[in-house]
Amino acid sequence: MNALPNRRDDEVRRLLDTPHPVVPVDMAARAALRGRRIVCRRRVEHTVLWALFVAAAVTGLVLAALTWPNDPSSVPSDGTWWSP
Amino acid sequence: MTANTGLPSHGHVGRRRAEAELRRDAEFAAFTAGAGGRLLHAATLLTGDPQAAEALLTTVLAHVYADWFRMRAEDPYEQARSELVRRFSYRPWWHRPRGGQLDRLSARERLIVTMRFFEGIAEEQTAAQLGLPLERVNAISARAAATLRSRRPPSAAAAGTSRPPRRTDRGERPEPPDRAERDGGGARRPARGASR
Repeated sequence: MNALPNRRDDEVRRLLDTPHPVVPVDMAARAALRGRRIVCRRRVEHTVLWALFVAAAVTGLVLAALTWPNDPSSVPSDGTWWSP
Repeated sequence: MTANTGLPSHGHVGRRRAEAELRRDAEFAAFTAGAGGRLLHAATLLTGDPQAAEALLTTVLAHVYADWFRMRAEDPYEQARSELVRRFSYRPWWHRPRGGQLDRLSARERLIVTMRFFEGIAEEQTAAQLGLPLERVNAISARAAATLRSRRPPSAAAAGTSRPPRRTDRGERPEPPDRAERDGGGARRPARGASR
């Protein structure tokens, strides 16, 4: 669309074309340290959430097995599944 | 799980995990050594303050480190740049950028000028990344470019690069600084007219 070289844009580009600032020597190490902390926090969060999910699934299965209605006499005999 | 491969920074992990972490450390160190200067330059242009730029870039690089295995074959520089843009554009209003080379530009104008003119991202991609219409990105970038060109830094003005104001082909002319300072929207009308 605007593929033509624009003199005004080139002027702004030249204005921004300055040498890069000096990167502090320990910035990469600090970033890696914080990144490792983020990774550890994510591992803890994932572990806790998966444990909660498994516990909920096991609880549901156990409750369903314990309270399963295997007595046919408790089912209403008028063709409905609810008891009025 | 073998407990003999306890990395000092990752606790006791398995052998494959330890190898992956060592590889990530090496790749991240190489990436930071290569691209850190340019990313810090972009962050300094955005925030205008070297300390704030360093803090922002440290946060961005920490998240790039944490997501190193999630981006499978993507460019880590792209990832870091988009993370930088995202974190800068969602900063709260009391972290308003001031100072620096792009002084007198608003936060959005700084963002668009840095993305378009410093990083060289296409305007469609800029618009998509910021969630703005393409015309709005063009208008903001033209206005910011006019602002940057009309108010030269005193060193460039003293070097004799300032020209007398003359009409250009689209009817836009650089404004004198006193009028542009008096009404802030003075640069808006010619910039919007020039983008069409």
